[in-house]
Amino acid sequence: MPYLGSEDVVKELKKALCNPHIQADRLRYRNVIQRVIRMSKLDQWGQAEVLNFLLRYQPRSEEELFDILNLLDSFLKSSSPGVVMGATKLFLILAKKFPHVQTDVLVRVKGPLLAACSSESRELCFVALCHVRQILHSLPGHFSSHYKKFFCSYSEPHYIKLQKVEVLCELVNDENVQQVLEELRGYCTDVSADFAQAAIFAIGGIARTYTDQCVQILTELLGLRQEHITTVVVQTFRDLVWLCPQCTEAVCQALPGCEENIQDSEGKQALIWLLGVHGERIPNAPYVLEDFVENVKSETFPAVKMELLTALLRLFLSRPAECQDMLGRLLYYCIEEEKDMAVRDRGLFYYRLLLVGIDEVKRILCSPKSDPTLGLLEDPAERPVNSWASDFNTLVPVYGKAHWATISKCQGAERCGPELPKTSSFAVSGPLIPEDNKEREQELPDSGALMLVPNRQLTADYFEKTWLSLKVAHQQVLPWRGEFHPDTLQMALQVVNIQTIAMSRAGTRPWKAYLSAQDDTGCLFLTELLLEPENSEMQISVKQNEARTETLNSFISVLETVIGTIEEIKS
Amino acid sequence: MISQFFILSSKGDPLIYKDFRGDSGGRDVAELFYRKLTGLPGDESPVVMVTTGGRRHHDGRHFIHIRHSSLYLVVTTSENVSPFSLLELLSRLATLLGDYCGSLGEGTISRNVALVYELLDEVLDYGYVQTTSTEMLRNFIQTEAVVSKPFSLFDLSSVGLFGAETQQSKVAPSSAASRPVLSSRSDQSQKNEVFLDVVERLSVLIASNGSLLKVDVQGEIRLKSFLPSGSEMRIGLTEEFCVGKSELRGYGPGIRVDEVSFHSSVNLDEFESHRILRLQPPQGELTVMRYQLSDDLPSPLPFRLFPSVQWDRGSGRTTLEPKPRPVSLNVRLHLPLPRGVVSLSQELSSPEQKAELAEGALRWDLPRVQGGSQLSGLFQMDVPGSPGPPSHGLSTSAPPLGLGPASLSFELPRHTCSGLQVRFLRLAFRPCGNANPHKWVRHLSHSDAYVIRI
Repeated sequence: MPYLGSEDVVKELKKALCNPHIQADRLRYRNVIQRVIRMSKLDQWGQAEVLNFLLRYQPRSEEELFDILNLLDSFLKSSSPGVVMGATKLFLILAKKFPHVQTDVLVRVKGPLLAACSSESRELCFVALCHVRQILHSLPGHFSSHYKKFFCSYSEPHYIKLQKVEVLCELVNDENVQQVLEELRGYCTDVSADFAQAAIFAIGGIARTYTDQCVQILTELLGLRQEHITTVVVQTFRDLVWLCPQCTEAVCQALPGCEENIQDSEGKQALIWLLGVHGERIPNAPYVLEDFVENVKSETFPAVKMELLTALLRLFLSRPAECQDMLGRLLYYCIEEEKDMAVRDRGLFYYRLLLVGIDEVKRILCSPKSDPTLGLLEDPAERPVNSWASDFNTLVPVYGKAHWATISKCQGAERCGPELPKTSSFAVSGPLIPEDNKEREQELPDSGALMLVPNRQLTADYFEKTWLSLKVAHQQVLPWRGEFHPDTLQMALQVVNIQTIAMSRAGTRPWKAYLSAQDDTGCLFLTELLLEPENSEMQISVKQNEARTETLNSFISVLETVIGTIEEIKS
Repeated sequence: MISQFFILSSKGDPLIYKDFRGDSGGRDVAELFYRKLTGLPGDESPVVMVTTGGRRHHDGRHFIHIRHSSLYLVVTTSENVSPFSLLELLSRLATLLGDYCGSLGEGTISRNVALVYELLDEVLDYGYVQTTSTEMLRNFIQTEAVVSKPFSLFDLSSVGLFGAETQQSKVAPSSAASRPVLSSRSDQSQKNEVFLDVVERLSVLIASNGSLLKVDVQGEIRLKSFLPSGSEMRIGLTEEFCVGKSELRGYGPGIRVDEVSFHSSVNLDEFESHRILRLQPPQGELTVMRYQLSDDLPSPLPFRLFPSVQWDRGSGRTTLEPKPRPVSLNVRLHLPLPRGVVSLSQELSSPEQKAELAEGALRWDLPRVQGGSQLSGLFQMDVPGSPGPPSHGLSTSAPPLGLGPASLSFELPRHTCSGLQVRFLRLAFRPCGNANPHKWVRHLSHSDAYVIRI
């Protein structure tokens, strides 16, 4: 059967996009494209295909760009969600230099997306919800007034409910927080334990901003005395206390009594951790821990035992009289009777530590009890629309970025295989700096213009303050592929006297690191390394407290050399 | 690009399997899909799945499926395609198969395997969509649908007692619309029929104090036409129908919807002035118009429920008084109960009704409720185990947290919540000797989620 609906159009467009003669002649090229867009006899599949092809087109001028956008405007009103989303993606990509156009498009696509979210087809609804989440990452307030559309109904399948809870968690703001929390509280007593737990975690997520209300709801939930609820609430409390120290008091008051309703490993660990770290504020903390010590023989999870050792030792430091006896018993048990090597080693370690002296123990164990800055590092801050525009209307938001990264890694490994050496692909694809420029920069460090001072340690706080107060002096992208070990990088940076302030764990996406260095004149260099999973490049932003271009250049070239070396070692 | 398309029965048996690109590992992909689907951990979504590990030639294949009338329609692809388009294609295919086979189901598919393959051949070529228009495809499809005619008493009853015309002949059976579009050319008894449905889905959330928290109406006008194609048709909607918040029409409060979208074949020339939709529908099913309405409903809610709860030291009485305005069918009331309810006694408004306890929830089914009637149900339950100590902030007279919210599901025939009605359906079609075409218009609302907090 021949092509019926979209044959001419697609053929023409394909021809135009492939034919070098047409490509060379800008005017002709443009005409072809405009003719194609104007073709009216396209069915929805043809339209989707045309939109897909147009993604490859780069308008030459601003005028032409807006010309195309105007021509395509009717596609945004199409009744087919596939076409609307295709058009949205094209708009987002074409208008990448015009944030207001992008925002405008996202406002217009709100209606169709919301309609799809309440569509009768569960599958469509799910995909739309995934895209809503994607948009919310960049524009947190975008759907806030439509929060009611994301309330779950009991007849929906599990995977939709989970997505909706995530969306609710992300669009919460001052006006709707009350209603959203009330709705979420209803989910916490749902028949499905999984869904109830997801709702509780969601409340925990909202608690980072609206602490008091959420802690109150969570405390009420403890009153239900149900295992699957209590354990999740306690885990939420643990995370919350770490990030929002102001709620410690309320949490400590809520904790007594919930040990009876916790049976699983995660919940026990969380409870024991809380008792250990904040034991001085919980009157019966030693007695609860004593119960755990009594029953340690029948405890099945080694992780709980490890947590118990640490917690008891911590509590011993603040309330020695009540804990001394049982700490002795626990250590004895762990060293003499325990079969699990890790637990025994931990016991031995603490025992030896205690032999050294109590001051030493205090110095080692009394780490900070909360760290609000962790939230900043963990939280993916508002991402620019451009970072996901090319993923819009693809499978990426549906799988989630992290999952997609692993999928494409597997595929990449299989497809490219070993026959393509990695270095060669840089040469073609990476946005490299011009050749001459590079050489000049590489010579600079030899000339001795820059001397970085060794052992210049900045505190994290000072770094953060300075970082926020300065403007980005230089930004650059280096090609980067695959996995690596952060320790290697840290070591290499150490060699050239660049200190690492903070660094994400290996394998996290996006991976970030903050570096600092100072030269002999006292000029500070603060650097952020950002590794986006899908871009295969590392973004470097450098800030400088004194504006001096030469030293900046040489600092960057040092950094480049280090990263280049790591890259070589890897491949 | 679609690599494969297959249809599985609800038990996972492959009914249809088609490979478009020959880049896949063969039929066992269907089996792999079903195994993956059933073995999926609870927190992952089954809509889009990927194969990793295992056999190499299956790696990185994405399964995208929809569930339609207990069948799985699945496509596989190895590229990063638009999920919206693929899902749309799948649901379009489902409609198309329904059009050609009469209805979509395990039985009809297995009876019409040849027809389905023929259709797939025409719709997709090398994994690319050619056309999905019923009209175009008619020219290429040769096979006729095999329809099994179930024995029905309806045929007998329509004869009528003593030759008198009964009420029955004025009502079409609900299965009348499920017949294939492409009936045999020799069949002279082919009827010219048009079915027009206005269907609304209603989701409502009512707070415990009776105030309305959320109303959401999703409406559709669906058309199934068996007329020869090219015949023009005019659908007149209620004149007071207005779109958007600002518009005002007529004298009354008007029928207001927030957003409307039309099928691309609808001609809107007369819509502005007279609210008339003109279209030349192809044979088969078509969604003419979709609309949404949220937050302010012009008419009062179709269903009220007056819950009251008295709770005292572990035992409680819950009274529910559902009160529908219009006639409602298949009403089901669902009330989750706190864990550990031991005894439950009920007192319902009429003795033949019955509420039962299932999966930690109360279920009260009412097949038919008269409009305007008032029902009542009184449930007494005991929850053993002492309530939490006072330090937990729970007073003993408050109901436990596991109770509620109550949800209702129901159907309202001949009622639309937005108030939208089809005024007329006119055909510009000249019947050539044959009788006038039959026109069936139906209005229906049903609940999507109707939740009342307690």
